Amino acid sequence: MSDTILAIDDLKVEFGGVTVLDIPSFCIREKEFVSLIGPNGSGKSTLLLALNRLLKPVSGRLSFRGNEIASRDDALHYRRRVSMVFQEPLLFDTTVYRNVASGLKIRGMGGEEIRERVTKYLACFNIEHLAHRSARKLSGGESQRASLARAFAMEPEVIFLDEPFSALDPPTRHSLTDDLEKIVRETGITTLMVTHDQSEALRMSDRIAVMQDGKIVQSGSPLAVMNNPVNEFVANFVGMDTILEGKVRRQDDGIVSVDVSGKEIDALGAAAPGDDVYCCIRPENVTIELTDPDDLTSARNVFPAVIRDIFSVGPFLKVVLDCGFTLTSFVTREAFAILDLKEGMRVFASFKATAVHLISLRK
Amino acid sequence: MDLILEGLITACKLLWALDPEVLGITWLSLKVSGIATLISVGLGVSSGMVVALTRFPGKKFVVSVVNTGMGLPPVVVGLFVTVFLWRNGPFGFLDILYTPTAIIIAQSVIATPIVMGISIAALQNLPNKLRLQILSLGATRLQMVFMLIREARLPLMAAVMAGFGGVISEVGASIMVGGNIKGYSRVLTTATVMETGKGEFATAFALSIILLFLVFLVNYLFTLIQQRERPR
Repeated sequence: MSDTILAIDDLKVEFGGVTVLDIPSFCIREKEFVSLIGPNGSGKSTLLLALNRLLKPVSGRLSFRGNEIASRDDALHYRRRVSMVFQEPLLFDTTVYRNVASGLKIRGMGGEEIRERVTKYLACFNIEHLAHRSARKLSGGESQRASLARAFAMEPEVIFLDEPFSALDPPTRHSLTDDLEKIVRETGITTLMVTHDQSEALRMSDRIAVMQDGKIVQSGSPLAVMNNPVNEFVANFVGMDTILEGKVRRQDDGIVSVDVSGKEIDALGAAAPGDDVYCCIRPENVTIELTDPDDLTSARNVFPAVIRDIFSVGPFLKVVLDCGFTLTSFVTREAFAILDLKEGMRVFASFKATAVHLISLRK
Repeated sequence: MDLILEGLITACKLLWALDPEVLGITWLSLKVSGIATLISVGLGVSSGMVVALTRFPGKKFVVSVVNTGMGLPPVVVGLFVTVFLWRNGPFGFLDILYTPTAIIIAQSVIATPIVMGISIAALQNLPNKLRLQILSLGATRLQMVFMLIREARLPLMAAVMAGFGGVISEVGASIMVGGNIKGYSRVLTTATVMETGKGEFATAFALSIILLFLVFLVNYLFTLIQQRERPR
């Protein structure tokens, strides 16, 4: 990654005296694709508005390519170099063509240049056939395509996407995500996207930032955030279904043994004996066997368990196990049928020491 | 029934003959109400936009006052304008009472809350984030205002029509501040009242038909403007 294109320092936004955004420092690098994830009300959309200078922070500094955006004039010129797509398409009551051309007209671009740009981006988003249709008569997917084409037609240096696909049905969403990813990769445009869809974030991002209560609590590569969450909240949010509180008993050669409800879990990590920790385990890393796999598996953690509950989660089944502590596992439908799993059945649950992520409880 | 029929026939004859007095009254009505509507659109849309797009304490109260103003009785407006323009009133020095200018002022006072109230509703009905979307496209504040007006053009044209309809058909204020002076401040509504009082139903019918036709014509033109450029 090269230079920083956008940076904020000590940014604070308040609504009615309540601080809704408090970010000491955050930056986006040139050509980087950053996803912002977090629960509703965590400040993701507010951060996007603040980054686009569409709301005034009570304090803080926003810099674009090293220049501070301070005055109203700075903000206007800055906004003409970036663009934003909202959750709702927010199209104007005119044709798709005129919608896509609107940002270019605002910039006072010439007619021929507008025609070229609009035609190019209508084609990029596969909506050239809708050019002269009223924007009021488009489907949800078509509307969002028009909205994206309008934002990309301005060929901005940074694009902000505020959950642009959240209101779409899954097939439309996947097809639009494919097109967006292709265009972003081709153009190398710096992108900051708010999303609730972790698979979308994992697939497209160079970096994921997790927000909680108006703060960025973790920012890192998708793998780092998914596998090494910094706290219980992030662990929960990124799908670590099993979060167990325990006390470190000993540490040998980087293997930490943690006492959880009287059972010993081995984990790879750094913690001192006596430390209170959370053991976080992703459900896809937990394997279920009918017989004790102790001699056959490389997993360091094997526990006899009873199946307490079984849920369907998309293409998988989520099996809740009682091992003296609660553990969850994702099982494919095929494996589920072969093992003939049922509630109340006695099985063995196993997971590797490397699958356990330790979070220290020390403040 | 005979009276109505006879009145209608006489009305048609009067119209067909293009009576100069009737034409003069018609032209004055159109001019006075047209100017009053223009003033009310200027004041009503701009102030409506400020109220709709800004947050301030007491906004609900202001909107309630404006909505109440939409039903202002013309005679009350006539009374206040008369008092203000009276020889000894605060604006008596202008010496415009019983002139067409006074009617324009009174009609503007009647139409402005109508235009403003409908404008506020029209602009508040736009999606909340549309303003942010327009700004994020790189628009200046002025460009944003024009784009919002364009988006709300259908209800805003309705506001103009309602404003014009409200003033061209009112009689109380016009008669009070205009004085219904023949050939000077007599408009269609005041003339109709006077002719009816005199028992000259034919002339009153003629004036009423012209008034109705005028309202229809102007609204038809506004409707054409309102409905044009609607993409399929």
